[in-house]
Amino acid sequence: MPAQSMAAPRGRVSVWPARRRRHTLLFCYLALAPVLALFAYIRAFPIAWSVILSFHRWDLIGASKPFVGFANYVRLAGDGNFWLAVKNTTIYSLATVIASTLLALPLAVFLSGKTRLAALYQTIYFLPVITPMVPMAIAWKWIYDYNYGILNYALSLARLPSVAWLTDEKVALWALIIMSVWKVLGYNLILFLVGIRNIPDVYLEAASLDGATPWQRFRRVTFPLLRPIVLYVLVTATINSYNVFTQVYVMTLGSQAAPGHAVRVLVFDIYQNAFQYFHMGYASAEAVILTLIVLGFTLVQFGLVRGEEA
Amino acid sequence: MPPGRTPLIRRPPLARRPARAATGARALHALAHAVLALGAVFMILPMLWMLSTSFKPPPEIPLWPPHLLPQAPTLANYTGIFEAAPFGRFFLNSAGLSLAATVSVVVTSLLAGAVFGKYRFPGRSALFMLIISTAIVPFESYMIPLYIQLIPIGWINTYQGIALPFLIMSFGIFLVRQHVASAIPSELLEAARVDGATEWWILARVIAPLSGTALAAVGIFGFIQMWGAFLWPLLVANTQLLFNMEVGLTAFQFRFSSDYGKLMAGSVISVIPMLIIFLILRRRIIESVALTGLKG
Repeated sequence: MPAQSMAAPRGRVSVWPARRRRHTLLFCYLALAPVLALFAYIRAFPIAWSVILSFHRWDLIGASKPFVGFANYVRLAGDGNFWLAVKNTTIYSLATVIASTLLALPLAVFLSGKTRLAALYQTIYFLPVITPMVPMAIAWKWIYDYNYGILNYALSLARLPSVAWLTDEKVALWALIIMSVWKVLGYNLILFLVGIRNIPDVYLEAASLDGATPWQRFRRVTFPLLRPIVLYVLVTATINSYNVFTQVYVMTLGSQAAPGHAVRVLVFDIYQNAFQYFHMGYASAEAVILTLIVLGFTLVQFGLVRGEEA
Repeated sequence: MPPGRTPLIRRPPLARRPARAATGARALHALAHAVLALGAVFMILPMLWMLSTSFKPPPEIPLWPPHLLPQAPTLANYTGIFEAAPFGRFFLNSAGLSLAATVSVVVTSLLAGAVFGKYRFPGRSALFMLIISTAIVPFESYMIPLYIQLIPIGWINTYQGIALPFLIMSFGIFLVRQHVASAIPSELLEAARVDGATEWWILARVIAPLSGTALAAVGIFGFIQMWGAFLWPLLVANTQLLFNMEVGLTAFQFRFSSDYGKLMAGSVISVIPMLIIFLILRRRIIESVALTGLKG
């Protein structure tokens, strides 16, 4: 609690003259000024303006930028590319989040039990989280390579036909999902691990004393106590994955010589409309939709947290 | 069973149980070990494959079946990549931008975190809520107006334009505020005031030195975020001279899509600084992630 702060204890008010209070207040605003100025310029103002832009036909090229009401949104509703992007992004997010949670949870349970190699395992599993996306996307592109990729080699060992991981439209989205699960798994793992470590030992010991099997202990003790964290991770990870872009751009977009077709996700569609076709207003309408989706998940999260506390 | 864990259940009342429980526990232990090890292999394999490929001479890249390790390891890819594209420049750009972002994020988080954590003034909670709540909005949602804003002031295709969105971090302000409010006693600040210290002196000489751990965490995240930045630099950097490693690698990839030896060498170079930071500060990074549950 920062309650007793600049106001001095009551008995000593006379020691702090009004001058001192003015000095302190001035300090507060002066110290905040550069931060607030930056914040306004790079976040608050652009957020507000993105909503305003979405109601204009605002092309980067062209002098007239008329107000068009909801026309951009109406056009979006009939835009096949937009709906494809929404669909792909949703499949991508849900699949990535569910798979990485289902994999991370048992790993966290196993990891919580051992102490000797725990640090090493934590390091290895967390490594992909900390490494930058572009080099890892390129590394995975090499793994997925149709002709010489190590994954197709592994398939050939099992006498399975080669798969065009990144160029077959039906497969590419799932190839991205696999890569992303690999990338975020360690993040979920750490959160679950902390949650499990926070469960008092006595609960599990009591269950052991009553003859509970390890599965029963997980099912009846660990999991129920971990539920809030699992819910939190599910929603946060979904929010974080809705703005997927880098992997898509690096892995599925072809070279200039042979233009490939990127898996259309929301941010890619925004990027293309705004910075390749220069329809800033139209792309802003899409951006507003992206914000609304994320906001919706955030509200769900607040609801869940409140439900857990009640 | 780890030593010293549970003296309570060492002697269960039933005579039959320990043996069965012990075999069960041992089997489970072995299973846990196997699953963890297998998972770890899958996690590390892509990185090892990247590393191994980066040392392979061109004829070994399309070998079928592929060799896990290079037969005739070479550094040619590492020297070659600097000749094929100005990767030295890209690397320095990334380093400079990341250091600038780190300094800015640390300073702004300290200023705002200290003021929000220890002072009362009109508008305090409204401003704090505004800064924290807007963090929910994804950057990709407002990058278009930000880009338009930079056109008239001529910041497109400049370093300051690339770094701009990374100069403050809501999460950093939040982290420092929590730290200052809970870990620094107000009596300390009062004592300094009694001694005639100004608020600026208190900020620089009392609050800042006592916030080392929080500021370090914030700085690390600031660095990591700028280093890995891709979409914004892709939009703002139009000339090759301003590319960071991420954009440079991508451009290089589109031009030399089949030269995986050089591509992997470039990727390794881009990963190494993060790897060093992570291995040195592993515990602090994992703890910060665990404590806040927030992504860098």
